[in-house]
Amino acid sequence: MNIELKNISKNFGQFAALKSVNLKVDGGELVALLGPSGSGKTTLLRIIAGLETADAGSVLYNGEDSSTKSLRERRVGFVFQHYALFRHMTVFENIAFGLRVRPRAQRPSNAEIEDRVMKLLKLVQLENLSHRYPSQLSGGQRQRVALSRALAVEPSVLLLDEPFGALDAHVRKDLRRWLRKLHDEVHLTSVFVTHDQEEALEVADRVVVMNEGVIEQAGTPEEVYHHPNSPFVFRFLGDVNLFHSRMEDGKARLGPNGHLKEGSEESCVFVRPHLIDVKTQSDGSEHFAARVRHINAAGPNVKLELMTANGEAVDVTLTQEQYRALGIAKNDQVFATAREMKVFVEDYSI
Amino acid sequence: MSVVIGKRESIRTRAVQCAFIAAALLFLFFFLGIPLVSVFYEALHEGLRAYGSALVTADARSAIFLTLLVAGIAVPLNLVFGIAAAWLIARFDFHGKSLLLTLIDLPFSVSPVISGLIYVLIFGMQGLLGPWLFDHDIQIIFAVPGLVLATIFVTFPFVARELIPVMQQIGSEEEEAALLLGASGLQTFLRVTLPNIKWGLLYGVILCNARAMGEFGAVSVVSGHIRGKTNTMPLHVEILYNEYNFAAAFAMASVLTLLALATLVAKSLVEWKFADARGGSVRYVATMEKKIS
Repeated sequence: MNIELKNISKNFGQFAALKSVNLKVDGGELVALLGPSGSGKTTLLRIIAGLETADAGSVLYNGEDSSTKSLRERRVGFVFQHYALFRHMTVFENIAFGLRVRPRAQRPSNAEIEDRVMKLLKLVQLENLSHRYPSQLSGGQRQRVALSRALAVEPSVLLLDEPFGALDAHVRKDLRRWLRKLHDEVHLTSVFVTHDQEEALEVADRVVVMNEGVIEQAGTPEEVYHHPNSPFVFRFLGDVNLFHSRMEDGKARLGPNGHLKEGSEESCVFVRPHLIDVKTQSDGSEHFAARVRHINAAGPNVKLELMTANGEAVDVTLTQEQYRALGIAKNDQVFATAREMKVFVEDYSI
Repeated sequence: MSVVIGKRESIRTRAVQCAFIAAALLFLFFFLGIPLVSVFYEALHEGLRAYGSALVTADARSAIFLTLLVAGIAVPLNLVFGIAAAWLIARFDFHGKSLLLTLIDLPFSVSPVISGLIYVLIFGMQGLLGPWLFDHDIQIIFAVPGLVLATIFVTFPFVARELIPVMQQIGSEEEEAALLLGASGLQTFLRVTLPNIKWGLLYGVILCNARAMGEFGAVSVVSGHIRGKTNTMPLHVEILYNEYNFAAAFAMASVLTLLALATLVAKSLVEWKFADARGGSVRYVATMEKKIS
């Protein structure tokens, strides 16, 4: 089933949560809605589900307007951020709920319900916890119960609101991989909301970056990461250094201070920390001088914090080998060059 | 040295503790204990036969029946109103929400006598609707409908006030989940909402019932004190007392007191279950974890 959003707008009082959003989700696609809090991503998801109604615009399910459909008819599987498991029901009853509330004619027999629930429990590896109550489960287990409950009704769309938001880093990683695998197996049209760029880039087929109620960019993880179309997207997807520079012959030049403000054609230059080269000696090439303020060598990479002559902080990531070869220490003078930079010639202020 | 100071400090705090406990117990003894004992003493000191006969007179039986009838109508209605109001306030945002909350609390802040008087002013012969009601031969004031109305008004806040925080704390996500899983509105209410609020609801109903049976002021104004017709138990106690029929008055009062004690027990039981429903599962996990490790 494909989903199409046309000119969706939504206001909460004076606050415009969504401003004429257009988006198409193809059948079988796994899409991430990525953005900071307040960007409207959860509101958009709730509108797709039918939990919220848009002030303007329409949601099409397979080309059909969904506004006339009841929640039951939409057949949406929804996983809430805090799971929203029925606290007075066991894991088994939680998952069986969607089958038990069906009208008598469509309701499966008890044996069929038991069969389907146990299959789902096996899928999420919780067979032996079927008689537990939600409060007796860990966060990761609750999350998996919530997923099985949503899948039990054989939905045509799966919507997940910050599915891993409340879990610790280790469980998060496991469940992320698990969701990707599940999607590869069942190919259910899925949309999930996240504020974690790593999660979006790793799991989704397509990432939709949202900011202040509009879609900034939508594309594959590679597209949005390597070809961001706005400073916001670039900054949101990964660590970044911002320089102000002068344009010369259509190219951005970083001055010796790493900060040039003369000239009319001022622009913003973004450089990822791992795309900055550091040398201990000036070799006459285009570089800027800086002092090492802090070194964090714990981890796969070494993180340096440099301070330019006019007091701007610059983050640099080096490999352990590069760091050892340089042999630098705190407060050393270094010279830095940007290997690759992204220029946005527009008025952009932080 | 420091140990000695510590000891002296702890002795002082112990003394303060004991003084406070003694004061509280003394207060309870004088203001609750003595009256409670004296009610039963006065009721029984002329013998069990006098006690029994005071409760089986036609007027007494009618008063007991009327009290049960009024509570039996007012409490279920307030149960429905209370759930509806709590749902509205906990689940929806609308203009005038705080005004509605204030209105729900109104019966708590208005003297019961005034609330009774309001009904007399509306439905009484000199009241707004009085002549019309008289023409159509409908009697509200000085009859059972008036008693029910006054009781509903006075006991309105109990269920709603008890449920609003419970429903706010639970939130609406479980209900949304149920609807998305295909449940109808009624199924959602019966299978998801009601089980979540049942202890809070029961607690509210118990308090509501206690007040409905014990209400004096508002009921007194609209009743007209017609013996055997519009006298509830509290009103009957007053009449007997004013007639110097102390044994009968206290006998009736003792029944009301027993009711209060029963309410207290029921309330404690529900509170205990209520806490259990929230804390029990946590304890279960703790013991399970202990067993595993």
